[in-house]
Amino acid sequence: MTQVVLLSAEGLTVSFPGRARPFAKPDVVRAVDGVDITIKRGQTLGLVGESGCGKSTTGYALLRLNKGTGRVMFDGVDLMLLPPEKLRSMRRRIQIIFQDAAASLDPRMTIGDLIAEALDLHKLHTGGSRQPRVRELLELVGIPQRFAERYPHELSGGQAQRIAICRALAVEPDLIICDEAVSALDVSIQAQILNLLQDLQQRLGLSFLFISHDLSVVRHISHEVAVMYLGKIVEQAPTSLLFENPRHPYTKALLSAVPVPDPDVEKARERIVLAGDLPNPANPPSGCRFRTRCPVAQSKCAETLPTLHEIEQRHSAACLFV
Amino acid sequence: MAFHDASTPVAVEPNYDSGFRMAMRQLLRNKAAAAGLFCLLLIVFLAVFAPWIIPYDPTQIALSSKLHGPSWEHWLGTDHFGRDVLARMAHGARVSLSVGLSTVAFAAAFGVPIGLLSGYVGGRLDNVLMRLMDAFLTFPPLLLGVAIVGLLGADLTTVTLALGIVQIPVLARVVRSATLVVREETYITATRALGAGSWRLVFQHVLRNILSPLVVQITIVFSAAIVAEASLSFLGLGVQPPTPSWGRDLAEARRFMVDAPWMFLAPTGFIIVSVMAINFMGDSLRDSLDPRSWVRRAVTSRETPRASADR
Repeated sequence: MTQVVLLSAEGLTVSFPGRARPFAKPDVVRAVDGVDITIKRGQTLGLVGESGCGKSTTGYALLRLNKGTGRVMFDGVDLMLLPPEKLRSMRRRIQIIFQDAAASLDPRMTIGDLIAEALDLHKLHTGGSRQPRVRELLELVGIPQRFAERYPHELSGGQAQRIAICRALAVEPDLIICDEAVSALDVSIQAQILNLLQDLQQRLGLSFLFISHDLSVVRHISHEVAVMYLGKIVEQAPTSLLFENPRHPYTKALLSAVPVPDPDVEKARERIVLAGDLPNPANPPSGCRFRTRCPVAQSKCAETLPTLHEIEQRHSAACLFV
Repeated sequence: MAFHDASTPVAVEPNYDSGFRMAMRQLLRNKAAAAGLFCLLLIVFLAVFAPWIIPYDPTQIALSSKLHGPSWEHWLGTDHFGRDVLARMAHGARVSLSVGLSTVAFAAAFGVPIGLLSGYVGGRLDNVLMRLMDAFLTFPPLLLGVAIVGLLGADLTTVTLALGIVQIPVLARVVRSATLVVREETYITATRALGAGSWRLVFQHVLRNILSPLVVQITIVFSAAIVAEASLSFLGLGVQPPTPSWGRDLAEARRFMVDAPWMFLAPTGFIIVSVMAINFMGDSLRDSLDPRSWVRRAVTSRETPRASADR
């Protein structure tokens, strides 16, 4: 089947000023370093990696919430080149939901007002159809009408995330960036929210960029998965391919950390335990960024920077040995 | 409801009243604030309706009845010109309250936007604006007031201007520091991602969320302005006679402190009560304006015997 590309980023780079030292240029931390990703219409791209590897920064950069460089083509338009006014109306089509949903809602506005504001910002459903539309949206995410009068602090974590999703949906986006959207919720609520997202995807044809460190969640919801390490994508493939046949040593290590719910398999399986912490992104290792923790690293890894290349159809990895 | 005992309270949804009503209820729950609100309303009432409820002209000299103590005829006595002290206090309240209000309005009109801009935009603009505010702050407030009044002449507008200028940096700083905190909140990023421009972010979301410290500071400015006006008038630099003013009357009462103590007790009492009332309210307003402090009480409806008889 043919899939329409909705968003494609090329060479996305986000740098932050690092620690300033006297008489020297301040460090530059490349939190995201030349990332290419593609999100297809109606599909979910999972973005996984350790804390601090740049997953969230990538998500923010796509929305231009931070100062990134590169090309972000969304439906034929380069978002990076849009003037502020156009960008604001374009933001209607790309929404984001956050890990701490309650904190993403203005504490001094009622739920009803928060959703109405989203409509108001893009002049949707003006006048008499606004209140019915707010009710309809609340129903879509399974929140009772009476919650419209409440304030964010009166919601539970799951309810707050539903409201955040509701507000994102209010502006009828094509793409929703889910930044650790279920990480702060307990497991049963996680499942509810994931099911809600999948249900909405089917009904409304939404695309998701699903940023998470939780591999089982990503496996459940994604069509494709990209693995990130220290600001770079190291492997990318359709979900089943990646989980069954990981090629990059980092992906292998990540996957081996997930317990298998079968005692025999669990006992027999081989675990790859990575030594050490994530290197300082202000001063990344030369060559392959993973080499300091890689179980198969050799001397040439310090000299050559591996690029993401296709190793089989739709499956690419950035390692010199695959 | 047929199976309910007539006297059983029927708990239904918690109350979801408007924000104003919730805030008001929270405010009145605090006794000091409620007392403050009551005193303030009383003074406002006196000031507004003085000519209709007090049968004396505050400037009418009646030497035949000078320096009379408090009586049923003159509740707070008369002064050395035989003028009714209560009438003078009520009319003086007009001066105090209007100076207080216009000082707040003037200071807020400049201080709030400067603080918001400085805190939200940051960088060099922040630096320039804040150093400018620091420069203003170096003037001793009363001395600046004396200087401005000396330069432009003593009248209400000048006094307000002098007091307002002094308070601009105070408000600007409070607003700026609160803005710096709110600016980094997730909901600001979230609202920007939703497509909001800076204008809306600053004036809808940031302003709404710095309301608590701002309101507190505004009440402080308000009461400080009342005291400062009284001080300037006391020194003869504020309202000019014969217009009644608390500070002015206090100055004149000094000569009669022993013979007619009511003359100085009245303005002193009015100044103290109004300042305390405003400060008590300010303290509690900070909390009551925050939706997180609102207590949603379940609305219980008790079926009355009559209602059950009707079914």
